[in-house]
Amino acid sequence: MFYREAGQFKSGYAADQAMFPIPQDRYVVIAIVAFAFLGVPLIANEYWLQAILIPFLVFSMAAIGLNLLTGYAGQLSLGTGGFMAVGGYMTYKFTTFWPELNIVACFLLSGLCAAGVGVLFGIPSLRIKGFYLAVATLAAQFFLVWTFNKVPWFYNYNPSGTVTAPPRTIFGTMFTGPEASAPARYLLALSIVVVFAFAAKNLVRGRVGRSWMAIRDMDIAAEIIGFRPFQTKLLAFAISSFYCGVAGAMSLFLWLGSVETEAYGIDISFQVLFMVIIGGLGSILGSFLGAAFITLMPILLTNAPQFFGFSMASDLQKHIELMIFGGLIIFFLIAEPHGLARLWQIAKEKLRRWPFPY
Amino acid sequence: MEILNAFFVSPFVDMAEYPVFFAEVVANGFLTGIMYSLVALGFVLIFKASETFNFAQGVMVLFAALTLVGLQERGVPTWLAIGITVGVMVLLAMAIEKVMLRPLVNQDPFILFMATIGLTFFLEGFGETLWGSNVKRLDVGIPERPLEVPLGGDFMLLNEFDLWAAGIGAVMVLGLALFFHRTTIGRALRAVADDHQAAMAVGISLRTIWVVVWSVSGVVALVAGIMWGAKSGVQFSLSLIALKALPVLILGGLTSVPGAIVGGLIIGIGEKIGEVYWGPLVGGAIENWFAYVLALIFLLFRPQGLFGERIIERV
Amino acid sequence: MAGPETSPAEAILEVENVSLRFGGVQALSEVSFDVQSGEVRAIIGPNGAGKSSMLNVINGFYHPQEGSITFKGVTRRRMRTHEAAAQGIARTFQNIALFRGMTTLDNIMTGRNLKMKRNFLLQALYLGPARREEMEHREFAERVIDFLEIQAIRKTPVSRLPYGLQKRVELGRALAAEPDMLLLDEPMAGMNTEEKEDMCRFILDVNGEFGTTVVLIEHDMGVVMDISDRVVVLDYGRLLADGTPDEVRRNPLVIDAYLGTVRD
Ligand SMILES: Nc1ncnc2c1ncn2[C@@H]1O[C@H](COP(=O)(O)OP(=O)(O)OP(=O)(O)O)[C@@H](O)[C@H]1O
Ligand SMILES: [Mg+2]
Repeated sequence: MFYREAGQFKSGYAADQAMFPIPQDRYVVIAIVAFAFLGVPLIANEYWLQAILIPFLVFSMAAIGLNLLTGYAGQLSLGTGGFMAVGGYMTYKFTTFWPELNIVACFLLSGLCAAGVGVLFGIPSLRIKGFYLAVATLAAQFFLVWTFNKVPWFYNYNPSGTVTAPPRTIFGTMFTGPEASAPARYLLALSIVVVFAFAAKNLVRGRVGRSWMAIRDMDIAAEIIGFRPFQTKLLAFAISSFYCGVAGAMSLFLWLGSVETEAYGIDISFQVLFMVIIGGLGSILGSFLGAAFITLMPILLTNAPQFFGFSMASDLQKHIELMIFGGLIIFFLIAEPHGLARLWQIAKEKLRRWPFPY
Repeated sequence: MEILNAFFVSPFVDMAEYPVFFAEVVANGFLTGIMYSLVALGFVLIFKASETFNFAQGVMVLFAALTLVGLQERGVPTWLAIGITVGVMVLLAMAIEKVMLRPLVNQDPFILFMATIGLTFFLEGFGETLWGSNVKRLDVGIPERPLEVPLGGDFMLLNEFDLWAAGIGAVMVLGLALFFHRTTIGRALRAVADDHQAAMAVGISLRTIWVVVWSVSGVVALVAGIMWGAKSGVQFSLSLIALKALPVLILGGLTSVPGAIVGGLIIGIGEKIGEVYWGPLVGGAIENWFAYVLALIFLLFRPQGLFGERIIERV
Repeated sequence: MAGPETSPAEAILEVENVSLRFGGVQALSEVSFDVQSGEVRAIIGPNGAGKSSMLNVINGFYHPQEGSITFKGVTRRRMRTHEAAAQGIARTFQNIALFRGMTTLDNIMTGRNLKMKRNFLLQALYLGPARREEMEHREFAERVIDFLEIQAIRKTPVSRLPYGLQKRVELGRALAAEPDMLLLDEPMAGMNTEEKEDMCRFILDVNGEFGTTVVLIEHDMGVVMDISDRVVVLDYGRLLADGTPDEVRRNPLVIDAYLGTVRD
């Protein structure tokens, strides 16, 4: 009823080009962001922040990164975990080498490092495509994780091989380290994600986004029109890896606090890929939906048996989780290859026409 | 200077000085290579017939091995257990065709690929739910006596098991080649690989073909599972090792059966040599990534793989 | 005026002795012709004559083994297709090559790509210059949309459009680049009479109003005779005839090889 596209007067193309051309969309987004900043820290408890919301933000960031590369530019990557590792370990190096540097600056610098590494591993994309490329990105995954495992310099020659986030403050508030409060870490993660989500949205609706999609949909035609495939793909690798790198840094500094290389293993790469598939390839909103889905599902599965009044061995539970996971992915691909984001869009279209079906 | 020496001179000096040891390393790599080849073969079969990049091939190896061990543990005699497992793999193929492939027919290969990733997780969970996840020993009665093979006045240490494995691998490849070239259904499969329309015109249903290739791949997976399981136990890491079949594939080319074999051997042997002679210089465990990086570098020069067909683009 | 009609000064494109082989297939052999600035030039010939290959050579997608291409006075043997685009060559394809996942508007906007300069950082922030640039080009794209009368499908993903409209959007994408020369590979194939008439009108308007040189491949002889200034006839990769539609129509070689079988 209230959700109408027709009849909303758009003053020229400027309004039509806006990020959310429909005012209702805009209000909803503003409301959600405002609630996330002001409401959530007041009502969410430690468990919610630490077990659900912060990981959700970390994975949203990584999923946006992968979605830019795979969903928009069409370059399948299984190396997300590796690029996240670059972010995590480099932030650690920056902040231990240079403790007075603002931790957010360290995040961004390490994001740049990840971007560089991403470009390096993106070079083969000029010549190889599709599945071949996917396998090539596995090289990045395994090689990077191995490097951080084997080169002691990266973990400051610490005998245990783990890296631990040192305490860092911004304007007198502790944001990282064991003493940092969950709300503080949550707010920092949220700020980063919000800023970069809007940046990503801006990118994909402009020239850069179009160049990625053109390469994805038909690379030969794209080149004939004048896109330079190599530059376009490398830019996608760079920006995507930047996002993944920052996500990796957030994972160590704002979520886990202390990690070994396993935290960035191949499983993470797959997990993020699933978020992108389930959420919707080529959709920023979808990255969030997918991240929410995949972070929440294990928690639901853990609690479901208790809810129904029986208990399950944790082993068995893990296996059943895997089955449900895999089954859902197949189900989603069959039912709606474009993911949750597309379902949402369909729902919106229905709502818009309501109460008249035609 | 010293570094250059360590990387580029002394490994080769070592190889020349202890040829028997070198031969053992190669033989060891050869065996691993055969295992990779077997997994890669399963991929190639499915890719040829349905353009589906079956990521689940590795997990099918695990699943087959788990089923076999599970049956053995319940007292089923080995020969019967193998028979039943073959049956299970065929049933699995039919289920996959019905539930997954049929609804996704004509979808982008990309979507199918992702679906097989989903299948990977499902099968892993399913197999472990059914049979449990602790490491199991698989014994199908392949002898494991050490053998001493004379080599240039010295003796090279081999395991009889390795010889059997090599033999089984060879038989498998030969069998598949015969299957493809001599049987009606095999020829039909090749026809589909070349042209779906043509195959359908000849009156072979795509569904039958899918079920057959997935079944054959399932059986190949079982063989790989038996050998791998007998060598290093049946456990989850089996499906991870199987991930290594991926670089093998891109080395050999996605559509080539000989490519899968040669690629597997190159990766298997290269990886062992790399680990033994260069691994210690960089801290070891380079087996984790060596295959992928090798394949990556190789692809830069020959994007279609060793035996893959050259991709010609036209507009 | 005596002598050849075309002095090099007015020729926007010169194709000289171009030969192209694919393994054993001789797709083009020693083809030479030129295109004058501002004309509508047709390439005709039976199936497999090498027409599409000729366009592919012109815009750098295929590299001929022999011969050269001179466009706007610059001679080249090999070049990347995006360089040809930068020089002012745009084209459409025999089998529609739209970006299927994007809307009509976005497809047309991709045509503006070469004219857009702002870097990705400004874009990520959508600040001043990037925003202005986007608006500016959006306006141009809207002009193309108005010109081609496809306002109603502006926001429709192109994969949902009927064939005829897709061809039109593809033309739009090429026009958005403001090319000096437009290569059209069978722009009217598979269209009904009405759609063909529309397409002819668009081509003639582009040519007349903006002075864009047009090279088109077409099988419909009626259309070719109506809208083209001069015609090149290819057969088995060889140049069979070259001249005005009337000359070509009367050429016995052409009648033999091609027209004889098509004309009533
Ligand atoms: N990329 C390629 N690889 C191999 N052969 C090619 C390639 N492109 C074109 N050919 C061959 O070159 C010849 C000319 O093809 P081309 O597509 O140029 O013909 P055409 O005149 O456009 O025909 P049509 O009217 O059917 O479009 C054909 O024999 C074709 O098979
Ligand atoms: Mg053609």
